[in-house]
Amino acid sequence: MTEEIVIVGAGTGGSVLANDLAERLDAEIDAGDVRVTLVNDSPDHVYKPVWLYVPFGKRESEDGRRPLSQLVDDRVDLRIDRVIDVDTDAKRIEYRDGTGPNEYDHLVLATGSTLAPDEVPGLREGGYDFYSEDGAEALREELLSFTEGHLVLSVVGTPHMCPAAPLEFVFMADAWFRERGLRDDVDITYTYPVNRVHGNPNIAEWARPKMDERDIAVETFFNAEEVDPDEQVISSMEGSELEYDLLVDIPPHRGVDLIEEAGLGDRGWVEVDKHTLEAKHAEDVYALGDTAATGVPNAGSVAHYQAGVVGQRLASHVRGYPATETYDGKTLCFIETGMDEASFVEFDYENPPAPAPPSEKLHWSKLAYNEAYWLTARGLL
Amino acid sequence: MTDAAYDLDKTVDARGAACPGPLMDLIGAIKSVDSGAIVRLRSDNEQSTTDVPEWTEESGNELLELVETDDGYDFYVKKA
Ligand SMILES: Cc1cc2nc3c(=O)[nH]c(=O)nc-3n(C[C@H](O)[C@H](O)[C@H](O)COP(=O)(O)OP(=O)(O)OC[C@H]3O[C@@H](n4cnc5c(N)ncnc54)[C@H](O)[C@@H]3O)c2cc1C
Repeated sequence: MTEEIVIVGAGTGGSVLANDLAERLDAEIDAGDVRVTLVNDSPDHVYKPVWLYVPFGKRESEDGRRPLSQLVDDRVDLRIDRVIDVDTDAKRIEYRDGTGPNEYDHLVLATGSTLAPDEVPGLREGGYDFYSEDGAEALREELLSFTEGHLVLSVVGTPHMCPAAPLEFVFMADAWFRERGLRDDVDITYTYPVNRVHGNPNIAEWARPKMDERDIAVETFFNAEEVDPDEQVISSMEGSELEYDLLVDIPPHRGVDLIEEAGLGDRGWVEVDKHTLEAKHAEDVYALGDTAATGVPNAGSVAHYQAGVVGQRLASHVRGYPATETYDGKTLCFIETGMDEASFVEFDYENPPAPAPPSEKLHWSKLAYNEAYWLTARGLL
Repeated sequence: MTDAAYDLDKTVDARGAACPGPLMDLIGAIKSVDSGAIVRLRSDNEQSTTDVPEWTEESGNELLELVETDDGYDFYVKKA
């Protein structure tokens, strides 16, 4: 009997894992003892970090897309389909278009985040985001013609993808308007739901003085409750109101519905053991990347490290060895602090982040990583 | 006082979550209940002991009690 490993979602985590397993289980796959299936609901792989640069006219969203068929190892069975149901008791999954396999021995959920702007009335109509391809393109149209007024960036909820990206956006916007001689005519306000400018206290302490220096106004404890698109006002649960001319928001995030329906965790995030990445409420189910509720940032670097852990654990199971590899919370992140400088942080469950002094070299490292990303997805880096 | 003393409408168990997870979970729960409802937040994150009182004060909700438990803290919050 062939042992079925099914990975749902071919974003950063799912693609790296599929390529990792193709290497590790090469002999078993060739002998027909194991099959690795990677299912994704679109034929393209999407690299989301490119979207940060699209509104400023620095990148095109096509730069963040490649066909999965070019990135995924031939030993992996790639299926373009959507999984619509998971039954963890029967170890069965259901596909929208009906291509199998329906039974699995090991299931990995790497379905990522979805945006839920409708959770805040008026947000969809009143705000722009750079967290989707369409959003980033629509924001570019607005931003390129925005020459004066009040730009509000509101982080509506956490967790969200790339916790650094909202800070990066306001630092980049500040530098970009300065370069174009427009900064005196543009006010920038940044809002955050808790009493600091970032969830992590060390990053918040590092970022706050930079925002003050650059005249970026800050409103903390601001949990957006409603947006009035006609009056151009965003109001918070805490009772404050901000008038805006351009609202850029980080919309609420959720995982995919089938996770909640399968009883694996709330809001579509899979409850996992944060070291083994095994689902708490089902056997033989793993989750990685954004969908795994580990408390670490929703970042591609996290998905990448976690894929290596799950790859080793699955290969051990297949071969009947104890699985030894565990995830230690490792996260790496470049943080743009302007148009030509960036910082860098590295941290894990035990060691808090200490952001590096911003430099031009780190900015170029971030851009170089964005180019080299395609080697990461292919499992080469 | 114990939770038996309150007519709880919701409990959010955020033990194990890193900050700002517990406070965000509380805020989400407060959004989903009616005015006057009581929510209990369970957290083992030290930072919550300052974050939660500051937020309830700022948002006009009422922190009825903060109880230290064997494995963290229980916050009882009444929605305004
Ligand atoms: C603007 C922006 C900037 C960012 N910058 C950075 C950065 O600088 N550094 C960093 O590390 N991270 C960054 N990130 C975060 C990073 O992109 C995500 O954390 C990462 O993509 C998560 O990988 P994943 O594999 O968990 O999910 P994803 O890459 O989102 O992949 C999930 C995949 O699953 C598919 N899928 C979902 N449901 C189903 C289903 N039911 N059936 C089949 N397929 C399904 C989706 O279509 C998708 O292809 C950024 C994100 C954004 C939005």
